[in-house]
Amino acid sequence: MISLEQIHRDFQVGDQVVHALDDINLDISAGEYVSIMGPSGSGKSTLLNLIGLLDRATAGHYLLNGEDVTTLSDVEQAATRNRRIGFVFQSFHLVPRLSAAGNVELPLILAGMPAAERKARVAQTLQALNLTDRAHHKPDQLSGGQRQRVAIARATVTEPAVVLADEPTGNLDHKSGGDVINILESLNQRGITLMVVTHDAEIGDRATRRIKMRDGRIESDTQADADR
Amino acid sequence: MLMRDFLTLTGSSLIAHRMRSFLTTLGIAVGIAAVMLLTSIGEGIHQFVLAEFTQFGTTIVSVSPGRTTTHGGSTGMFGTVRPLTIEDAEALKRLPYARAVVPVVQGNAEVEAGNRRRRTNVYGVGAQMPEAFRMDISSGRFLPADDPTAPRAFAVLGSQLREELFGSRNPLGQRIGIGGNRYRIIGVMASKGTVLGFDLDDTVYIPAARALELFNRESLFEIDVMYEEGVSADRVVAGIKKTLMARHGREDFTITTQEQMLDVLGSILNILTVAVGAIGGISLLVGAIGIVTIMTIAVNERTNEIGLLRAIGARRGQVLGLFLGEAVVLAAAGGLAGLILGVGTAQLLHLLLPALPVHTPWLFVFVAEAVAVVIGLAAGVLPARRAAGLDPVEALRAE
Ligand SMILES: Nc1ncnc2c1ncn2[C@@H]1O[C@H](COP(=O)(O)OP(=O)(O)OP(=O)(O)O)[C@@H](O)[C@H]1O
Ligand SMILES: [Mg+2]
Repeated sequence: MISLEQIHRDFQVGDQVVHALDDINLDISAGEYVSIMGPSGSGKSTLLNLIGLLDRATAGHYLLNGEDVTTLSDVEQAATRNRRIGFVFQSFHLVPRLSAAGNVELPLILAGMPAAERKARVAQTLQALNLTDRAHHKPDQLSGGQRQRVAIARATVTEPAVVLADEPTGNLDHKSGGDVINILESLNQRGITLMVVTHDAEIGDRATRRIKMRDGRIESDTQADADR
Repeated sequence: MLMRDFLTLTGSSLIAHRMRSFLTTLGIAVGIAAVMLLTSIGEGIHQFVLAEFTQFGTTIVSVSPGRTTTHGGSTGMFGTVRPLTIEDAEALKRLPYARAVVPVVQGNAEVEAGNRRRRTNVYGVGAQMPEAFRMDISSGRFLPADDPTAPRAFAVLGSQLREELFGSRNPLGQRIGIGGNRYRIIGVMASKGTVLGFDLDDTVYIPAARALELFNRESLFEIDVMYEEGVSADRVVAGIKKTLMARHGREDFTITTQEQMLDVLGSILNILTVAVGAIGGISLLVGAIGIVTIMTIAVNERTNEIGLLRAIGARRGQVLGLFLGEAVVLAAAGGLAGLILGVGTAQLLHLLLPALPVHTPWLFVFVAEAVAVVIGLAAGVLPARRAAGLDPVEALRAE
């Protein structure tokens, strides 16, 4: 489903070129649960952003469902992000002036969905994440764990094929972090392809496929044992 | 994105920063209010002055002695200007389309009736004055068509002067002294009020020839010629010119048409309007800078939000639209507040000072609001383009 061929992503910093991604070849099938680990600056976020069409490769090809998306226009990329991809960030990125429901509604508003249909979808998604009684709270009235659940609701309300989570537990305590991972895993069990970037080995090891990165390259790519 | 959602989203960010939205709006509001207030008063005065002018009718041409060139200088220095005389006025009466010809001499003199005295306006005019100036007589009759060079000593009183001198007594047939000469009152004019600063009620009208004598003058102030409707002003001017040139031998007089007077009036008012526009323009410019500033701050503050919107599928155009929308809503709200403020203040002024005419044309209202919206667009373009041009990854990483 996701297929990266000889992907490079270079950054020009002054007169120096940083190879954030250096010849990445990667195939991920639908429904996989992938963790990406590696030291700081190894290119994990860059890889995730590229897969999420937030960033463009300097060289190489990226096929999403067999379609080459490297050459899509800005408008087409935006539409793809809206429909097929869900992002979860370390720092939640909720819009502070909107309620939980308002935040979850945003991707549907951008897609131009009529209000009635939207309300039903939002209510259903909040319900699934146990947030119904928090629907009208502003982000600053929610705990960290609740905020990340709202962010997950926002990422999944469009029923995307892929959810990309960049250190989703990085700002959370152990307990809420565990809850968030459980929720993400339950999404994966419903068939959503899940990619999680993490520094936490315990979390990384829960994935069925574990990718380790170093200096913009994939250092190891292992399939979990049958014990999980 | 649906229009309603667009507005809700735009509104939510403006409401989230109520205070500064309000202050930014105020900048535009003050500008629009100033323009509306000043143009309302300006228009009111325009209409007022126009009505004052045209109440004498629009088919009047006036002839005054001396030649003023377009440069404002006088050619009188090439020789003495021949006076404009009663005979000149008589000659003009023979023009085929002249309906009424009125010689005018004006001055001040002491008027006494019995033991009452009053210093007042004296107009020396011709018998056709009521017809030419559309003035009515309330009792008696106006000056008769005597021999214009040797008229009888009759006088007609303005309504206020009658009041002052005679109170409730009947003045008709009474004798009064004007500058030492005796006159018999034969009529009283209906009240006309103040026209362009001249009180036409506190006035006495006497034959022009007698007024010339009274003020010891050779020349009339002017001769007003009222012509038939439908005749072009140019033809009348040409006719008057020909008659007077034949009598004076050269063009030592000036002919002013009502049209020219209205033109002069119009150009003065246009200069006023431009000045008001410039003042308003400056305050609107300041308001626009306020919007640019606040929108730039908003884009900086909400860089993360912009990154997020892009991540969840907003196109560049949608981000552009959202920020542009905020700027336009700010400006449009300011425009609306300014309209209410400006027109409200104008009406209030009118209530407090009924003499001050105000008038707000609907067209101005729409134009002002449209200008506000355009200002919002112009002020919002730069910050909004910056927001739309942000790289999503960098926007998300921004602190
Ligand atoms: N916009 C940029 N300009 C220049 N260099 C960049 C940019 N973005 C990333 N890099 C560089 O690319 C490399 C990879 O960065 P990336 O953010 O992907 O690392 P990471 O693995 O996610 O690190 P962390 O675990 O700290 O989040 C780093 O060396 C970083 O400095
Ligand atoms: Mg990272």
